[in-house]
Amino acid sequence: MTTTSTPPAERDERVAEVGRVRRLLVRPELGSLIGAIVVLVFFSALSPVFRSVPGIANWLDPASTLGIAAVAVAMLMIGGEFDLSAGVMTATVGLIIAILTSVYGVNVWLAVVIAAVVALGIGLFNGYVVVRTGLPSFIVTLGTYLMLQGLNIGVAKLITGTVLVGGVQRADGFLSAHFVFASSVVLGGTLFKVSIVWWLVLTAVATYVLLRTRYGNWVFAVGGDKAAARNVGVPAARTKISLFMTTSGAAWLVGTITVLRLTSVQANQGIGNELIYIVAAVIGGCLLTGGFGSAVGASLGALIFGMTSQGIVYVGWDADWFKFFLGAMLLLAVLANRFVRRYAEQSRKGATA
Amino acid sequence: MKWSRRSKVTALALTAVAALLTGCSNAIDAGPGAGAAPVVTVKPKGRLTFALVSHGTAGDPFWTIVKNGAEQAGRDLDVNVEYQSSGDPQTQSQYIDAATNQHVDGLIVSMANPEALKPSISNAEKAGIPVITINAGEDQSKAFGALVHVGQNETIAGQAAGTRLKSLGLHHVVCVIHEAGNTSLDQRCNGAAQTFGGKMDRLQVDVNDLAAATSTIRAKLQEDTSIDGVLTLNPAVATAAVSAKGDSKATFATFDVSSDVINDVKQGKLAFAVDQQPYLQGYLPVQFLHLYATNGDVVGGGKPVLTGPGFVTKDNAAQVAKYAARGTR
Repeated sequence: MTTTSTPPAERDERVAEVGRVRRLLVRPELGSLIGAIVVLVFFSALSPVFRSVPGIANWLDPASTLGIAAVAVAMLMIGGEFDLSAGVMTATVGLIIAILTSVYGVNVWLAVVIAAVVALGIGLFNGYVVVRTGLPSFIVTLGTYLMLQGLNIGVAKLITGTVLVGGVQRADGFLSAHFVFASSVVLGGTLFKVSIVWWLVLTAVATYVLLRTRYGNWVFAVGGDKAAARNVGVPAARTKISLFMTTSGAAWLVGTITVLRLTSVQANQGIGNELIYIVAAVIGGCLLTGGFGSAVGASLGALIFGMTSQGIVYVGWDADWFKFFLGAMLLLAVLANRFVRRYAEQSRKGATA
Repeated sequence: MKWSRRSKVTALALTAVAALLTGCSNAIDAGPGAGAAPVVTVKPKGRLTFALVSHGTAGDPFWTIVKNGAEQAGRDLDVNVEYQSSGDPQTQSQYIDAATNQHVDGLIVSMANPEALKPSISNAEKAGIPVITINAGEDQSKAFGALVHVGQNETIAGQAAGTRLKSLGLHHVVCVIHEAGNTSLDQRCNGAAQTFGGKMDRLQVDVNDLAAATSTIRAKLQEDTSIDGVLTLNPAVATAAVSAKGDSKATFATFDVSSDVINDVKQGKLAFAVDQQPYLQGYLPVQFLHLYATNGDVVGGGKPVLTGPGFVTKDNAAQVAKYAARGTR
């Protein structure tokens, strides 16, 4: 199906002779947009605090750190791969920064850079192994996930003797690093976490890259049909490895934001988040088979997650039920997306015929 | 080289945020008569609302008892109690922020990671919300401006356990530590050693591998036959230790309670269990906040209010088992 290589040709093909309603319906993020609006209206109607400005600032915060990772995971999934190590990697990054600064007195900025190098290295390793061996990325990153989990606890205990490493705020460069990654912005008299800006910027950049650049076409191509993509000259291996590195880069950003915000890190942090990232991406229209999805959709998926997690608090429901709602939302979104994808395939066939 | 483009995107994104916000606040204005930006608290007059934000994971038996205590106090006093919990400190602080936004009348927090919660707790206090800390974080509680801390002091609990071991006539006890680097476990063993008087060894096991823990404890008992007592610090490890008894003459005792532990106490396999009474850690802070809100009372005189150590022994095990069955012990 994916046979074009030049961006203008592809745009033409997608735009040509498709009705406006149908064009709207085939957008991958449509399901998540509707979902987000439903959740927003629902909780806003039930809770005045939810729709107040401080309330919005509150639910945008969990959405932002989740969204940063979900956007990268969505790109990776469009490229046809998974990364299960992304959640635990946030703790790895946090521990590197916390141990380097509090135990070895390293400047925070230097520690942040070292953590970035390590994270990108893990992404490179994931990507390289997947591309070279042809093993499913699910298995390869499951391996790194478990290895990182053990390393996090083992190294933290070996060096500090505890599983809770703190004291980042006493290191040089903390204030400026905190300002960039973990401060709050005053908007309309309310404090908004700066991570929200990071999230929106990254969503915009990812959307631009996916839809307007040659690299973006490559991502869709390798996820759709790797062999065909390679045949038309797409550097499939390089594209996939770079996607893994993008994901670990996002995990680095989330880990850095978290450790600078909390000034401490728990060795078991982030476990389980990798699945939440995937949930957000899937709610946002990504297919597990690759080749289809959107960065905006993943962000909307993260927004739904943030609104639901805090909305339940505002409405005063028992938080024991939170995961149930999340799971139901996932199923509904996937069913909606399945319906939409059928539509998309039909209209694409119609367009290319 | 990407800088100019990125800053352009940033600007765009910021405008988007602004647009989103004005959009939303317009929607509020269009809604049921809420005025301008400041938060309007819509609270039924007279009925107080307290939020309890713990670090326990959902489904943890200990925290379920705390939650039951808090909810029962809510029913007894006719106040709303909203319970949220997350093992992740960031989520926990977001829950605290949410409670602050709702202008609850009181906040109850367990601080497993005090540093991480500090900004959110001080925000709540700035908003005039009284805070009580429970369970963990006793040392930081006062500095963070909490009214009082409700929990068990591990050193004092250890001392009480040591006294009891001594009164059982034991001379050589092993204190089994199940998590390396967990300071509260060290405090328990240290406290017990202070008052016990006899010889006290430390034994390191892993709570996540109870089979290995059992054989480690058995090996220790076989290797040194002078050991006449084993003190464990966790109910699951206690059950593992009891099964490691073999031919030894050792007496067993533990910290913390589970239904297995209560059974073992009833059958005499365990001499006693130190109970920090989680129900009180939920019930009392709600009581205290209610007293503070309605009568300005502050309990504790600047000192923590201790919920433990209580003891489960053969004498009261049957009774405790009855309470445990309904989820309050």
